[in-house]
Amino acid sequence: MNSNENKSPLISIKNLYKIFGKNEQRVLASVKEGKSKEDILAETGHTVGLADINLDIYPGEIFVIMGLSGSGKSTLIRHFNRLIDPTAGEIVVAGEDVMQLNAKDLQNFRRNKMSMVFQRFGLMPHRTVIQNIAYGLQVQGIAKSEREKCAQEWLDTVGLSGYANQYPVQLSGGQQQRVGLARALCTDAEILLMDEAFSALDPLIRSEMQDQLIELQDKLHKTIVFITHDLDEALRIGDKIAILRDGLLIQQGAPVDILLNPADDYVEAFVKDVNRARALTVETVMQPQICRISSENIGEAVAQMRKSKQDYGYVMNEDGYQGVITQETLEGVEKCDYENKITDSLLEDVPSVQSDALLESVIPDMLDSEHPLAVLNTEGEVEGHISRSTLADILSDQPTEEAETQSDKNSVHQ
Amino acid sequence: MSDKSWLAEIPQLDRQELRDFKKLLDGSFREFSREYGDSIQSFFDPLLSTLIWFEKLLLSTPWWLVIAVLAAFSYAASRSVKLTIAVIASFLVIGYFGMWEDTMRTMSMIVVSTLLAILIGIPTGVAMVRSNRIQSLVTPILDVMQTMPAFVYLIPVVMLLGIGKVPGVIAVIIYAIPPVIRLTNLGIRLVDKEVLEAATAYGASPLQRLFGVQIPLAMPNIMAGINQTIMMALAMVVIASMIGVKGLGQPVLQAISNQYFTQGLLNGLAIVALAIIFDRISQSYAKRTLQNFGES
Repeated sequence: MNSNENKSPLISIKNLYKIFGKNEQRVLASVKEGKSKEDILAETGHTVGLADINLDIYPGEIFVIMGLSGSGKSTLIRHFNRLIDPTAGEIVVAGEDVMQLNAKDLQNFRRNKMSMVFQRFGLMPHRTVIQNIAYGLQVQGIAKSEREKCAQEWLDTVGLSGYANQYPVQLSGGQQQRVGLARALCTDAEILLMDEAFSALDPLIRSEMQDQLIELQDKLHKTIVFITHDLDEALRIGDKIAILRDGLLIQQGAPVDILLNPADDYVEAFVKDVNRARALTVETVMQPQICRISSENIGEAVAQMRKSKQDYGYVMNEDGYQGVITQETLEGVEKCDYENKITDSLLEDVPSVQSDALLESVIPDMLDSEHPLAVLNTEGEVEGHISRSTLADILSDQPTEEAETQSDKNSVHQ
Repeated sequence: MSDKSWLAEIPQLDRQELRDFKKLLDGSFREFSREYGDSIQSFFDPLLSTLIWFEKLLLSTPWWLVIAVLAAFSYAASRSVKLTIAVIASFLVIGYFGMWEDTMRTMSMIVVSTLLAILIGIPTGVAMVRSNRIQSLVTPILDVMQTMPAFVYLIPVVMLLGIGKVPGVIAVIIYAIPPVIRLTNLGIRLVDKEVLEAATAYGASPLQRLFGVQIPLAMPNIMAGINQTIMMALAMVVIASMIGVKGLGQPVLQAISNQYFTQGLLNGLAIVALAIIFDRISQSYAKRTLQNFGES
């Protein structure tokens, strides 16, 4: 995720403008001068859809574009495959300037490079589920038996095996969107555009679909551009998030950045209502400075403990994390026993948590344990610890300036 | 014209000028028809031979075979046993009352006119979808076609082509084609934007979009247009008979001038029977295409 510096972006958008109206080019000049959207609408009757958008999307990441309705996010995603043509700007996909493609090349580009999932599914009501999934391949002219075989595989993957010959109208919303997803995956395009793909679904189905998407992404490593108005959703699935308001790109970055360092009031207002316990992982808030005790015998453990300033340490051996040993326990051991191994009886049983776990899931363990919990990475090594106070700090509202002055006043009164 | 009277009376051409104006138009049209009448007539020769061929085919086929084919056709379109039985029964009754030949003649003309109307109408409707310019050009023409009294455009048609089958078919088409054009245009314009966008996003070519998405999804509306076209074509049968089109219209015309009440009623009922049969068949076909569309 963070090794992007070495890779070149798969999709690169530079200085993209979109103005809706009869005389786009003339109005473009005044947009570039920095006139506001409202002024331009009042003076010329043109609507500024997007202004000066710059984005780089790297292979294999889920890039979420977030904004409220009218922010231009659906307009933006339609520029990627030129369902909408920009007024000005550059769109480069895999080194290819999409703006230079003629009709025929654009058609081939859409067939092979990108597929799309739509908010209201966009399924064809006169075609069966399997025919819908095979549509992308049919357009490419692939033989019926071959494309339906491929479509059946994707149908199985999204868990709708028995529905091949149903019509879309016979399916529930969630099932229809699974068909939409299968249709998008069936063309095996590198890039997946998802326009509010889960917004029309009810919350339970939505989170199910999110899980399925994440699961599929782990296997397929597509590059996904995902549009949503739901920050929780953005934080849940996004590797990177870009926030749009009124056609302007306000902030882009990793979910944690957005959550912990909102760029302006608008983003902050968004972020305020987010359930952080569900959005942040342990890794993002843990403290890495801890005392790791990796020695076999008690003597070395005492030495290691002394070197660190803490009065407890996390014990590791070849089998991984064992538990916590306190200074107090070590001091209680006779010197003559220093050659002995650290036994279980010396250890306190402190649960460990995975670094990629959500904060929400570690709360119960946290409450049960006296010491900060050990945080393990995917290899099972102790990476850091997470304490009750850290967790409480993160989960309680961050003290905004306003809140601070408020509390100052209160203390004066007292 | 005196200067005072224009307030009291609407300004108008005096009789001499008006007469000259009419003479000029009539004269030039007569010139035109003398000049080009023959070539226009020969242009429509293939249509005439198709009409004659189809009429002969229907008349020379044994009656039971015609009924069997019609019954099979209506069952294929509607999957309804009831409708099929009704079709068989009404044709038996028509034959029983001695109207078989006239009915076959009328049917052949209606079928050919409707097919031609569809053949011209659907592409026209598609063209209207493609360009708003064409739409704003064609719409007023359709308005004129629908409201202009049939007798008025019969005059130039007869002047050009004489009386007979071809002018009859042309008159019927002029009268009956607007619904299929309008509803093709409307139906395609109503196709869900997102579905069409999906087709585009997957790289469908304009033709793939038209035949794979737009026309199939507009089918219920197009079928409604075709249905209306058939009904209007049948309504023109009597008027067409005035310019020498044989069929159920002629006995009706005869009945009007001679006050033969029963003859008029029977032939009129035969037209109604044809209309109802065609209507039910095309509608139930449209309904079946609609089934998969769910709520739409």
